[in-house]
Amino acid sequence: MLKSIFKVLKSVREFKKYAIITPLFMIGEAAVECALPLVMTNFVKILKPENSIQDLLPYFLAIIAMAIVSITCGILGGRFAAYAASGFAKNLRHDLYKKVESFSFENIDHFHASSLVTRMTTDVTNTQNSFAMTIRIVVRAPLMLVFSAIMAFVVGGNLAWIFVAAIPVIGIIFVVLARFAMGIFRRVFKKYDALNESVQENVSGMRVVKSYVREGYEDNKFSTASNNLSKEFIKAEKIVSLMTPLMNTSIHVVYIITMFFAATLIFKETQPYWGTDRDGNPVVLFNWGSLAISDMSALLTYGIQILMSIMMISMIVTMLVMSFESIRRISEVLDEEPTIKNPENPVMEVNDGSVVFDNVSFKYKKEAERYAVNNLNINIKSGEFIGIIGSTGSGKSTLVNLISRLYDTTEGRVLVGGNDVRNYDLKALRDSVAVVLQKNFLFSGTVASNMRWGNKEATDEEIVKALRVAQMSETIEATQERLNKVVEQGGANFSGGQKQRLCIARALLKNPKILILDDSTSAVDTKTDRLIRKALKNDLPDMTKIVIAQRISSIEEADQIIVLDNGEINGIGTHKQLLESNEIYREVYQSQTQKGGN
Amino acid sequence: MPAPRIRQYAKPKKGTVARLVKSLWKNFKLELIISLVTLILSIFVNLSGSVFASMITDLLTKAIPMKMDPLADVNILTGSFDISLLGGIPLKGVNLVTLVVALGIIYLVGVLCSWTWTRTMAIVTQKYLNLFRNKMFSHMQKLPIKYFDTHQNGAIMSLYTNDIDTIRQLISQSLPNIISTGITVVGCLFVMLSFSIWMTLVVIAGTVAMFFNTKIVGGRASRFFVAQQMSIGKVEGNIEESITGLKVIKVFTHEEDSLKDFEKVNEELYKNSTAANIAGNIMMPINGNIGNFIYVIIAIIGCILYLTPGAQNLSLSGMKVVDTTTFYSALLVPFLMLSRMFTQNISNFSQQVTFVVMGTAGASRCFDLLDEVVEADDGYVTLVNIKYHEDGTFEETSERTRDYAWKHPHKADGTVTYTELKGDIVIDDIDFSYDGKKTVLKNVSVYAHPGQQIALVGATGAGKTTITNLINRFYDIADGKIRYDGININKIKKDDLRHSLGVILQDVNLFTGTVMENIRYGRLDATDEEVYEAAKIANAYDFIMRLPQGFNTMLSGDGANLSQGQRQLISIARAAVADAPVMILDEATSSIDTRTERLAQKGMDQLMKGRTTFVIAHRLSTIQNADYILVLDKGEIIERGNHESLIAEKGAYYQLYTGAVELE
Repeated sequence: MLKSIFKVLKSVREFKKYAIITPLFMIGEAAVECALPLVMTNFVKILKPENSIQDLLPYFLAIIAMAIVSITCGILGGRFAAYAASGFAKNLRHDLYKKVESFSFENIDHFHASSLVTRMTTDVTNTQNSFAMTIRIVVRAPLMLVFSAIMAFVVGGNLAWIFVAAIPVIGIIFVVLARFAMGIFRRVFKKYDALNESVQENVSGMRVVKSYVREGYEDNKFSTASNNLSKEFIKAEKIVSLMTPLMNTSIHVVYIITMFFAATLIFKETQPYWGTDRDGNPVVLFNWGSLAISDMSALLTYGIQILMSIMMISMIVTMLVMSFESIRRISEVLDEEPTIKNPENPVMEVNDGSVVFDNVSFKYKKEAERYAVNNLNINIKSGEFIGIIGSTGSGKSTLVNLISRLYDTTEGRVLVGGNDVRNYDLKALRDSVAVVLQKNFLFSGTVASNMRWGNKEATDEEIVKALRVAQMSETIEATQERLNKVVEQGGANFSGGQKQRLCIARALLKNPKILILDDSTSAVDTKTDRLIRKALKNDLPDMTKIVIAQRISSIEEADQIIVLDNGEINGIGTHKQLLESNEIYREVYQSQTQKGGN
Repeated sequence: MPAPRIRQYAKPKKGTVARLVKSLWKNFKLELIISLVTLILSIFVNLSGSVFASMITDLLTKAIPMKMDPLADVNILTGSFDISLLGGIPLKGVNLVTLVVALGIIYLVGVLCSWTWTRTMAIVTQKYLNLFRNKMFSHMQKLPIKYFDTHQNGAIMSLYTNDIDTIRQLISQSLPNIISTGITVVGCLFVMLSFSIWMTLVVIAGTVAMFFNTKIVGGRASRFFVAQQMSIGKVEGNIEESITGLKVIKVFTHEEDSLKDFEKVNEELYKNSTAANIAGNIMMPINGNIGNFIYVIIAIIGCILYLTPGAQNLSLSGMKVVDTTTFYSALLVPFLMLSRMFTQNISNFSQQVTFVVMGTAGASRCFDLLDEVVEADDGYVTLVNIKYHEDGTFEETSERTRDYAWKHPHKADGTVTYTELKGDIVIDDIDFSYDGKKTVLKNVSVYAHPGQQIALVGATGAGKTTITNLINRFYDIADGKIRYDGININKIKKDDLRHSLGVILQDVNLFTGTVMENIRYGRLDATDEEVYEAAKIANAYDFIMRLPQGFNTMLSGDGANLSQGQRQLISIARAAVADAPVMILDEATSSIDTRTERLAQKGMDQLMKGRTTFVIAHRLSTIQNADYILVLDKGEIIERGNHESLIAEKGAYYQLYTGAVELE
């Protein structure tokens, strides 16, 4: 656990100074808070007929000075604590983000995307809060305890032992109850999350719910779960609600005992005698023993302060323990080693666009029985046009993911430009292999800003050239804003086909040696599809093109077509060869060309 | 469809707190009364602690001088002394033991009271939240689809998580705190006034200062806490997008640039979080120390006022300052104590401001949901099972016969007529707009005769799905525009109308539960065998059997462990088990590859056989057999006919079919 805490604390960095200054101010504030009751007691003590207002003046000044110190320390401490904690959280999120970006997909699968989001948000917030609490209160509360205890002994002498005796009792009551209740809460909160997940499902599936008229069914399901949850919450709350009364009882008991003994002591030791006030009238004066009446209230104040700081400490300890879980989850991410890393002496240049699969097998999880792709042997020459076809789950996307090394092979090796992909510098490799994914991601901005994802320094001419190959230049040039045309979030203001063509242009701007189109012309009409292929062939003859498609027409002219089935190569050849020899290919072809139906 | 509304951080409606309290009161009268009474009692007990301290002081100052008489045997523990309570009310014949015992009893009562109210309020809070949650969920089920189309899922979800939680804070902590502070403050004020009006004015002046501090600094804190909440939302959105789009980031080696983008929102969150926490952290020190300043000022003013010869005390109780000794012990000291208690309460209360602001906003949003108008349903025509007699006549039956009729009661003469369900659906020249501005459908007429297959073709946004939304009354249009077996669908009870329509949507939604439960969702009383049968029809049986636990495999996270195609097959099976007489297939097979689709198609054909079916399809190959194809463009039907006639027409359909025009 300590290791995790130190790991996470490394992210404090430039905010360290604030984190160190804060407790100092807190000490100042705590010191004043402890000294103040004593000053006030002494002040009340000299509120006597024989003293004039001049005698009181030093006390006024002292109290005002202390209040000023306390307010200054409080404000500055509060400020620095805010800087330190928020800054720490910022750095932590930064570090996590950077780490996650370095993750391979295997790493991501290991954590699950949604859990990564929680770790970077909720867990960081929890850590931030416990950090803020630590620097503000963890130093302050024990100090208050010690100060108050010393003061109590100074004022009350042996009577202060009553408080010391009460400390462990209160501490134990609190910690036991808190641990008990937290245990229940933690369990119940898991169920609560599950309940909220079911609301999520219900909301996003509302069309299904309404179509099947399942409103009542859903309502019952929800209220049953919610009622059960409520019962458990009530159980926990009943325990928690014991906390305040028990604490109060302890304080009251201490209060009564202190008062009783203090009063007895004062009565026994104090000797009254006759004196006169300023005007010469006879008044009763007292010869106080070890404890004066006015000391009693100071003693009680310190007593309560002691008990309060004990409660504070117990509460903080409990809350810190709770945040350990978040800290552990964060350090788990920080500790994770990316499974795909740059080699030590990376090859920085990809020579050509040739791709070789040498006995490649791959499965997503070590313990998985089934290989996603199995025993692949493929030889692609630089500049070739390769088509890949196969049904859902046959391993097409897996195959191309191996080329840009999004995953490492389980067995065998993938060679690009004659070198094993594992020997390349990752950036160099991925810059030469452009992948256009089926789910096209356009970002809000302009056409030009999206295009420059491919190449930051691309000139307008280069962008137009890429758009021309992707058969998108005319559409863009026809708009008023041309390259500055706004792209809405997710590219919502473009049709599906246009989005796909923009994505192709974006990939071309990388000037890659290998272009992979993963089902990325599915929404493009056949004519434009053909024009794109033609332009790719004529304008970029040296670039290797690997095209995954559902439509036979998209890959008909390929130099080689690979038919994948269940992760294995079912056939390789040209369109003509496959039509003759490959049953699956023929079936697909027929399903797409048969007109009128059977 | 109208664009989803961004989550608004608008000002909460007026009267939100009153409404919340009212609905609490309605449900938990007894508990609230018990809580309130015990809360007030426990406050008085807490106050009595300080009063007792002054009583013991008084006892000592009375008892000690008695020791001057050497003959008297003065014993503070057992003797009998006369003291005065709060400097005025006389209390006779007490001693230390009686005082301590009395205090003990009062504290015991106090503890029992505070236990009663914290426990009762905690239980009330949980019960109320449960009630509230159930009410919200139940109400939400009745809302029209329009609500879900116009609100982001995340915003709806946050009602159940964040907003409910702020209500919990408000009820279980802020509310009792406000009441107890209010009572304490009023009580203190009264007692203070009975001591001295002038000194009380000083306290009030200090309170005004604290109020302004709370308003300015606390208001700042609340504002930035809300801003912080919004920044967290942005950061969350950014992280989510980056993780789901990590593939794109990686293939474009865009890691550094994405990090820069993230830094922007991260920095914003840092700024808001810092500002919120600074304001939150400094409010207490300021308010606490205003209390200290008040202490000093009271002492100074008190001394000046009352130590000047001939000064008169002005108080509600008419308490007279006889001499300087009584001034100190009977007036200034207890007053200083009271003033500290008063200011401490006010400053504790100021901490609740942020919670109250956030809680009110949360409650207001939840009430907004409850105020949404539920789906209207004036239908009275119901769907019943019928049994045919040999002579072709039929009668209503309660068993499942798979033959249906519409039961049509006539209010005027009290008779009931039955219309056989045939699946004849007529849409007569409709215009429709979701928002009253942008026309989505224009002059659309569709005639679906029993058993016919009607295909709707057209680009995204052409209005295909809108037509099906109108048939199952997710959205309503004017009377008589759509007729089902000759009956105006607005007269048919919505539930029964939807029971008669089997819908398969492009976006598959599965629920946490087993595969079996998910398919059975279509018809809750379906037997296991019927579920297997439906899975076979959808061509899903084989892959389900290959899952780790077959039909008992748990699906979670919307079936995340299945491929998109597999999820679609399950959705088809779900419709198959529902066995509705009319089918609507909205891009039901879009995620299945052509080869698997051919297999699924057989099942679909079986599903459509003899049933009136509306098919929306992306791949034209799947609708070639349709009896009637309607081509939609910008909300208008531009062509209609069957595949052969439309091909021969060489119009829009022909262009789509030959791939000359992009679909989507």
